[in-house]
Amino acid sequence: MPVEQTQLLYRHRNVPGINRLETYVAHGGYEQFRKAVVMDPEAIIEEVKVSGLRGRGGAGFPTHIKWNAFPKNRDVEHYFIINADEGEPGTAKDRDLMNALPHLLVEGCLCSMVAVRAAKCYIYIRGEYIEPWKSVQKAINEAYAAGFLGKNVLGSGLDFDIYTHLGAGAYECGEESALMSSLMGERGMPRLKPPAAPLPMISGVWKRPSVVNNVETAATIPAILELGGAKYAEIGVGSPRSRGTKLFSISGHVNKPGIYEIVLGTPFSEVVDIAGGVRDGHQLKTYIPGGSSMGFAPPTPLDYPFDYEGIPQNTQTLGLGSGGLMIFDETTDVFKVTHRLVDFYHHESCGKCTPCREGLDWLSKIYARIASGGGREQDIDLIWDICDSIRGKSFCALGEGAIWPVMTSLRLFRHEYLSYIHHGRNTYSEAGQLGA
Amino acid sequence: MAKFTDDTKRRLDALIARYPTAKAALLPALWVAQEVYGGWLPPEAMQEVADHLGVPASDVAGVATFYTMYNKRPVAHHRIEICQNVACMVNGADELIGYCERKLGIHAGEMTADGTFSVERVECLGACCHAPALMVGSTYYENVTEQTVDKLIAELANMPSESVNPPQSQMPEQGEF
Ligand SMILES: Cc1cc2nc3c(=O)[nH]c(=O)nc-3n(C[C@H](O)[C@H](O)[C@H](O)COP(=O)(O)O)c2cc1C
Ligand code: SF4
Ligand code: FES
Repeated sequence: MPVEQTQLLYRHRNVPGINRLETYVAHGGYEQFRKAVVMDPEAIIEEVKVSGLRGRGGAGFPTHIKWNAFPKNRDVEHYFIINADEGEPGTAKDRDLMNALPHLLVEGCLCSMVAVRAAKCYIYIRGEYIEPWKSVQKAINEAYAAGFLGKNVLGSGLDFDIYTHLGAGAYECGEESALMSSLMGERGMPRLKPPAAPLPMISGVWKRPSVVNNVETAATIPAILELGGAKYAEIGVGSPRSRGTKLFSISGHVNKPGIYEIVLGTPFSEVVDIAGGVRDGHQLKTYIPGGSSMGFAPPTPLDYPFDYEGIPQNTQTLGLGSGGLMIFDETTDVFKVTHRLVDFYHHESCGKCTPCREGLDWLSKIYARIASGGGREQDIDLIWDICDSIRGKSFCALGEGAIWPVMTSLRLFRHEYLSYIHHGRNTYSEAGQLGA
Repeated sequence: MAKFTDDTKRRLDALIARYPTAKAALLPALWVAQEVYGGWLPPEAMQEVADHLGVPASDVAGVATFYTMYNKRPVAHHRIEICQNVACMVNGADELIGYCERKLGIHAGEMTADGTFSVERVECLGACCHAPALMVGSTYYENVTEQTVDKLIAELANMPSESVNPPQSQMPEQGEF
């Protein structure tokens, strides 16, 4: 029996006009905020803790731990910041959510703001996302008009303001400390992390308590308040530490690519089936489970619980990440795909630290040389050495994310590299071979 | 020659009011400047932003050069920005880029002699589930085929430019729309 796919965030995804306040309210919208605004912030954080919610932006860090680190008073301004910079290749869920369900994001922000005692929220949206930005700004304006934003909201004595803020093209601004720099009008470079620096929840943007959460994380809060943390935690068929549902962007060689809300722990093979299966007449060669930084996984095993803990160790990928599942069939030239990713990370490296800046520059040159037929066998060891020089030594996680697709592809598809080195082309993908 | 009008300054002040510091309005202010200066940011544009925000001109230049969507050179009226990242690549992005290049007689990264079109390779647009994807101005085109491109180029050839007036600068005020 396939897992029953409970829909929480996307329950009303296809209701016509659900992007308008009227329709959203007619479907129970803002009821959870009405509840939250009179709740003790600690009680909200407790529900989120019991729910087991983990950040949906990529790192999977428990949300309640971040929120609990805020000062328990309103002596200074607190900031709630939404990461809508979505730039991880393969990830398209936040765009869809903001286009289709902007009020769910606004309500999620409001509930979260009560929990962290913030009166101000900034939604940092990548510069290309004009449509989502307009959609969200329109929802914010409707929420002001309806009295969900503004002064003394619903007679609570609390003020709430939400602002949108457009980025201008820099993948690195998705990294939370770089995002905060960018929000303050600086270059999008990351900052020192705790313990070398104070927690953002103590001193974040403008040296005030701040937290950065992903769009989907905030949009999940109303469902948690509606069901109660305990009921939410019952959803999930895999690990006890992976609870609830998650949005997956499933792309590449599947019959029905799209954004799907999937119960965590659903067997991987079922997840692929939900997207219509590998495209007709083709076979699974490899896949990236959660955005390009997670790396490539082998086509077996397939029947494992797809959640934070379930991805088998033997895949050596970094895990579920942002939920950007990319499927590749036997026609895929994995060397070429990796080359494209190396160039992407090289282009997006912010240049702050040497291992990432220099290492990626070098990798990019080596891949270009191999691709143009000038590769040597020693290049394979050289690629490993460069990865070693970045691994664990980069200032932020971009460097680590850059070498993961490199190392996993080299481990699984070394023969494709050798084919380029010896023949100047990929004889395996040309022949539609899955492996060596 | 300064190009900021009273209206520009009023828009900038409304943006500044959204943040605790004027400097925080730098990114949205650069979007406005890029619109006023016809799609790119010459040094005078950065200077005007610096003056109005009270931020050192060197900081403004540092920020403007860091972000790829601020143009440091004049741009084409219609920029066809095609995603080259992997979900699009395995769904024919390279072939599509080649098609656009041949059709317009330019290479990716160049613009046509009359400045009407350019073709640019860009990274993941968050449209991976409808690959291949491209964007012109603020509009996404998904599941793009050669026919889509033919139609698009024919339509755009006689249309006023959106790219030169970046939609990113059209920040509505809180409560507007
Ligand atoms: C290079 C890089 C890019 C990132 N991009 C994003 C992004 O676009 N969206 C996002 O939510 N998180 C992104 N992250 C993760 C954020 O740093 C952060 O963990 C996340 O926003 C926290 O929100 P969450 O706890 O709700 O998941 C990125 C991280 C790195 C290192
Ligand atoms: S790892 Fe790369 S992106 Fe991160 S700080 Fe270093 S240079 Fe910048
Ligand atoms: S890879 Fe092209 S839109 Fe994501």
